[in-house]
Amino acid sequence: MKKYLYPLILLAFLALLPLVVESNYFLHLMILFLLWVVIGSSWNILAGYTGQVSFGHAAFFGVGAYTAGLLFQHLQISPWWGMALGGVVAFLIGLPFGAICFPLRGAYFALASLALGEGIRHITTIAEGFTGGMMGIMIMPTFTSKVPYYYIALGLAIFSVASIQAIINSKPGYYFVSIREDQDAAASLGINTTLYKNVSLAISAFWTGMAGALYMNYMGFIDPHVVFSLHDYSVMAILVAIVGGVGTIYGPTVGAFIMVAFQEIFRTGFFGLFEYLGKATGSSIFTTLSGAIHQAHVLGFGILVIVVILYLPNGVVGDWEKIKRNVFRINPAG
Amino acid sequence: MAHFRVEKLVKKFGGLTAVNDVTFDVEKGEIFGLIGPNGSGKTTTFNMISGVYPPTSGKVIYRDREIQGMKSHRICHLGVGRTFQVVKPLGRMTVLDNVIAAAFSRVNTMTEARGAALRTLEFCGLSPVREVLAKSLPIAGRKRLEIARAMATRPELLLLDETAAGLNPTELVEAIELIRKIRENGTTIIIIEHIMHVIMTISDRIHAINFGQTIAEGTPMEVAANQAVIEAYLGTDYA
Repeated sequence: MKKYLYPLILLAFLALLPLVVESNYFLHLMILFLLWVVIGSSWNILAGYTGQVSFGHAAFFGVGAYTAGLLFQHLQISPWWGMALGGVVAFLIGLPFGAICFPLRGAYFALASLALGEGIRHITTIAEGFTGGMMGIMIMPTFTSKVPYYYIALGLAIFSVASIQAIINSKPGYYFVSIREDQDAAASLGINTTLYKNVSLAISAFWTGMAGALYMNYMGFIDPHVVFSLHDYSVMAILVAIVGGVGTIYGPTVGAFIMVAFQEIFRTGFFGLFEYLGKATGSSIFTTLSGAIHQAHVLGFGILVIVVILYLPNGVVGDWEKIKRNVFRINPAG
Repeated sequence: MAHFRVEKLVKKFGGLTAVNDVTFDVEKGEIFGLIGPNGSGKTTTFNMISGVYPPTSGKVIYRDREIQGMKSHRICHLGVGRTFQVVKPLGRMTVLDNVIAAAFSRVNTMTEARGAALRTLEFCGLSPVREVLAKSLPIAGRKRLEIARAMATRPELLLLDETAAGLNPTELVEAIELIRKIRENGTTIIIIEHIMHVIMTISDRIHAINFGQTIAEGTPMEVAANQAVIEAYLGTDYA
């Protein structure tokens, strides 16, 4: 029971949050956080558990978003149906891709995934007649309030994390980790390595596609450069998992929280602290600094990742014992 | 028809012929030794049997079925298990999880796999270290884990590739005991071994190869007295 205590407390807290918090800004950040829980966890099942690093998860995210958007634009199908289909289409994109790459070992999958993401971005940009090209797709959001979106995102996050946890603790999960640890040994134990790598990719692509479709519904506007962005999605998915803890169930959740908070702190210049200081003291240094910080968030990510890799190579969750020992001075041995 | 047979097996890597026209039969319940100096093609033969790569030509026949060229995981499901000479523990998994992963080749639920894995660990004497990470096991433990993992796939034919190498005298005795116990369980064994004491004590028959070619086959006594075998191991000066 103790194992589920922290997740349950977190769930109760997240479920009750909109009753207490009315700030739209804050709810928006929480929705982003929940989307990143889904994307980070999806990336993690493929890369963290199965050992197949993907540099192209934006492909699945974007395809999910475009599925919802295009169904609405061309067939006037509610984008909520599109959400159900977004995951399926991402899964279908993943199938041939995995079938081509997974018989190979090593860096091929990682390289090909990078090409997949960038390739699909160019295709959506060029196929203007179908996708609207750089004009993007705009739909009217169903709800004006952010609360319904918040709960849908929360549901999606819970379903994805819970399903991934269930898979990891059963036969496919053991097979994924075996493949990560040693493919030859895995094959000698009766594991069809190509098949199970594809299964892992399919699960990963499905949930990422769902997140993309929800993004379309929520934001109401997408274009190829937004949803197929290499650094905003493909790389960010990797950072979320690395910071939180690769190959741990709750790592990406923690990572998503840290990364969204971190991004927001930089974007707003420490929530307007420097701007305020600049006005209060009349000194131009703070105003300049405030501007510089807006620009510096990529640098900040870089430094954060270096710090994590140096001091917490298994991420915040993976190295939690180490953090307890060294930061909070809790020593279980007494 | 023999339980297991390799027929005119050949493997060429570019210009190098690693295994050249090797043929042998293994009867059910037998411990069959495969010996030869370093680089003579023993592990290459195992790799062809277990599907790591297909033979250039020749057949591998197991229970009246040609299995050459099949994928490793299919051969495992047919009942051929193997260990690796260079041990391949699933490092960041516990010993128990290593064996559970293997047990899943025969069952689908966690409860069954865990039960089977615990029994296999008990059988192989690894129960005390089951919660240890595989990468932190010493060499004797890793060799034993190789055997336990292969056993958890419930093989009828087990290929043991130098499972006694690197063990101290006490561990050697334990390893021989374990191999005998596996045979008493009804598993047929083909074993590659460099330690003559081990191979001579436990094998029913031995097949000797050198430079990929068969040089002798027979009982341990016959093979040990064979001129070609002595030459291969000690050089012509001592033969």
